[in-house]
Amino acid sequence: MTILVVLSCVGLLLALPVAAIGIGARFTANSVIYGLAMVACLASLAAALGHLLADTGLVPAVTLPLGLPWLGAHFRLDALSAFFLAVVDLGGAAASLYGLGYGRHETAPRRVLPFFPVFVAGMQLVVLADDAFTFLFSWEFMSLASWALVIADHHERDNVRAGYVYLVMASFGTAALLLAFGLLAGPDGGYGFAAIRAASHSPASASLVLALLLLGAGSKAGLVPLHVWLPLAHPAAPSHVSALMSGVMTKVAIYAFVRVVFDLLGEPQWWWSMPVLALGGITAVLGVLYALMQHDLKRLLAYHTVENIGIIYIGLGLALAFRAEGLPAVAALALTAALFHVLNHMTFKSLLFFGAGAVLTVTGERDMEHLGGLIHRMPATAFAFLIGCAAISALPPFNGFVSEWLTFQAVLQGPKLALWGPKLLVPSVGALLALSAALAAGCFVKAFGVTFLSRPRSTAAATACDVDRFSLATMLLLALLCLLAGILPGLVIDTWGPVVGNLVGQRMPVQSVEPWLTIIPVAAGRSSYNGLLVFLFIAWAALTAAQVIHRWASHAMRRGPAWDCGYPDASPLTQYSASGFAQPIRRVFGSVVFRATEEVDMPPPGDTGPARLTVMVHDLVWATFYEPVARAIGILADRLNAFQYLTIRKYLSFVFVALVVLLLALELWL
Amino acid sequence: MDKIVFDIAHLLAGSILLVSFMMLYQDRLSALLNLFALHAVLLALSVAWQAHVHAAPHLYVTAMIALFFKALFIPLALHRIVVRLNIHRQIETVVGVGLTMMLGMGLAALAMLLMVRITPDSDLLGREDLGFALATVMLGLLLMVTRRNAVSQVIGFMSLENGTILAATGAKGMPMVVEISVAFSILIAFIVIGVFLFRIRERFDTVDLQALDQFRGEQG
Repeated sequence: MTILVVLSCVGLLLALPVAAIGIGARFTANSVIYGLAMVACLASLAAALGHLLADTGLVPAVTLPLGLPWLGAHFRLDALSAFFLAVVDLGGAAASLYGLGYGRHETAPRRVLPFFPVFVAGMQLVVLADDAFTFLFSWEFMSLASWALVIADHHERDNVRAGYVYLVMASFGTAALLLAFGLLAGPDGGYGFAAIRAASHSPASASLVLALLLLGAGSKAGLVPLHVWLPLAHPAAPSHVSALMSGVMTKVAIYAFVRVVFDLLGEPQWWWSMPVLALGGITAVLGVLYALMQHDLKRLLAYHTVENIGIIYIGLGLALAFRAEGLPAVAALALTAALFHVLNHMTFKSLLFFGAGAVLTVTGERDMEHLGGLIHRMPATAFAFLIGCAAISALPPFNGFVSEWLTFQAVLQGPKLALWGPKLLVPSVGALLALSAALAAGCFVKAFGVTFLSRPRSTAAATACDVDRFSLATMLLLALLCLLAGILPGLVIDTWGPVVGNLVGQRMPVQSVEPWLTIIPVAAGRSSYNGLLVFLFIAWAALTAAQVIHRWASHAMRRGPAWDCGYPDASPLTQYSASGFAQPIRRVFGSVVFRATEEVDMPPPGDTGPARLTVMVHDLVWATFYEPVARAIGILADRLNAFQYLTIRKYLSFVFVALVVLLLALELWL
Repeated sequence: MDKIVFDIAHLLAGSILLVSFMMLYQDRLSALLNLFALHAVLLALSVAWQAHVHAAPHLYVTAMIALFFKALFIPLALHRIVVRLNIHRQIETVVGVGLTMMLGMGLAALAMLLMVRITPDSDLLGREDLGFALATVMLGLLLMVTRRNAVSQVIGFMSLENGTILAATGAKGMPMVVEISVAFSILIAFIVIGVFLFRIRERFDTVDLQALDQFRGEQG
């Protein structure tokens, strides 16, 4: 029953593009499409959450006569699917609500409206699929729909290039997944997930599947070095789609990884956790370092997605390590942390992208160096954005803190591991995690400070006003969710007890029975966290401080010049800039990670020309992994060019020779 | 009884292969057309014999199609085209006759060896037939590769098609729909190529493909 409700929601979303093309009037189409998409997402969300909370152990499944004739399309809603479906639906509903307002500013709505519901439906189908064919079909469907949204604004050259890079990387990822499922299905072609689960996989082929999944799901999620498309494509799409791609689609990739590695592949081998942990750690640190170098607000957020994907992969790697060594309780903790971060990242990354979209709508600017002072002109947006920044920087009492804290709790259990490889790797990954968390906080001080504080750096920023009420409502609701998940973490953790229980064989201890909403991941003596108390303390401390200040200081609001260094009327350009903020970190890490070089060009004495500081930053990942491949393909294509315009007889000769060679090979081989 | 059945099928399929070889060295166009007609007649006979042996009446239809379209209609039409185009002259082959024949023999040997090797489970009749059919296909392709003239390439293509029909009738249970579609595809290919020949002739005064290559500014 549940699954039929969910599938009919998917069907409604798939039918919406027809309506989008059918309805001529612009405003009506916008409201109808986003409104219905939101209704479908909310219905599906209710069904998924109901299934997850009921925890009856029933797994509804349905086979539709679609797709391959002898296979059909299998759909199944177990706890894992229900959890990720809830994430997709929540993100989809938020993006639809935001789209109700944001979509009205769209220059070419017909390039966005038909693809938006299809994209959401594709993601829902991926998490529901229960056979390899349906899974891959939905996966590709999702990729292509999002590609169409990336190039929605095709007049910009950069967007078209982003779409191209995305398409190449998406095809590469799907190819890797195709091979992985081919290996899983074996020579008999058991493509149903039930058959794959029942089959036993040899260690070699299982390891190969893991590697292919790191490539396939990793390229969609944004693991370094497969992340290159992500900071190009996510900002290129309209902002609510950026939120969906960054907040939700990367989670669907995580789902693919969890589904195969934890569910279909059987018991993990001892070393599997090591590549996952190492990649996760590197991704987390590199993602945030890249983000620090960015001055484009949406691109900064996209790089932060890379960082958060790294954190999630660290949690998954820890779960693999503990599970392989027979410590299911700790594995449950690590997996819970990873899943909690999946939900959290969806919430605050959507919120931040919506905020960036609001800024983009009212100012037309994505470059932070042209913004500033928006807190006075867009107070509600600034408030929501600030909460998002605090949450993503893992500050209590918001949700980001809880999941990162849980991940650290799992890291601290590292000494329980018996094998030396993972045992040594876990603390170093913990250090990388701590580093990335600190850098992320710095990065969001920069993002919020430069964008919303200080004085406007352009007239667009100076004349801005707050956005429409749909966008504001979406952002404030998501901010509320960030806070609620932060102060009620026990309830959230208990909700996906069944997910974790199915995957690692044990759940975390029930948290909602603890007094005062405390969460105790391992044992009361070791560590505990109480979001509510922290929240109350912060609120009390802030109120008291405000009271004290207002009591002992003047009541009058004064607005003083910021950072004026004794020059009160200087140009806003003399303010602390985004690149200035990032410079210390660029100097510390940049020379190694980015091969950053700075050149100061001083004019000779007497010359009145300006001095110039040029900073060159190289993308090592692009230069190491992608340029050689691109060069090789270019050379190969040049060589093959000679075969383009031959005579018919030459082509026939090629066919003939190829046939003879193949037949000869067959003859010799047999 | 079985022996004679086998021998006759063998004889007919072998004759088809033999005619294929004759087509390989026949460098005069009208003679080539006559040989192709003979090729098709032998195919029709072979298919009819298979129909008789396997008691499969629908194969008679295939035999009829082969006889009327390939042995009568197409060669006659091509004769008319050749006469109208005024190209009864000797046609040049790319490779010398001796080398072509050597290649052809090598291909036939390869085809026979391969077919006997990879189908150990089938009955002997089918195996031998398949070997001959593959050899005919290869010789048709060789004919296309070694000729410059468009008309002889068309003939090479259709003799290749004859090989596939021989293979199809040798394999039991091939539905007739396939044969009809194959026959029609040949007919359409023939019509299209015929039209093209006239177009090419109108434009360039020749059907020698080398002239076309020169027109494109390339070496033939």
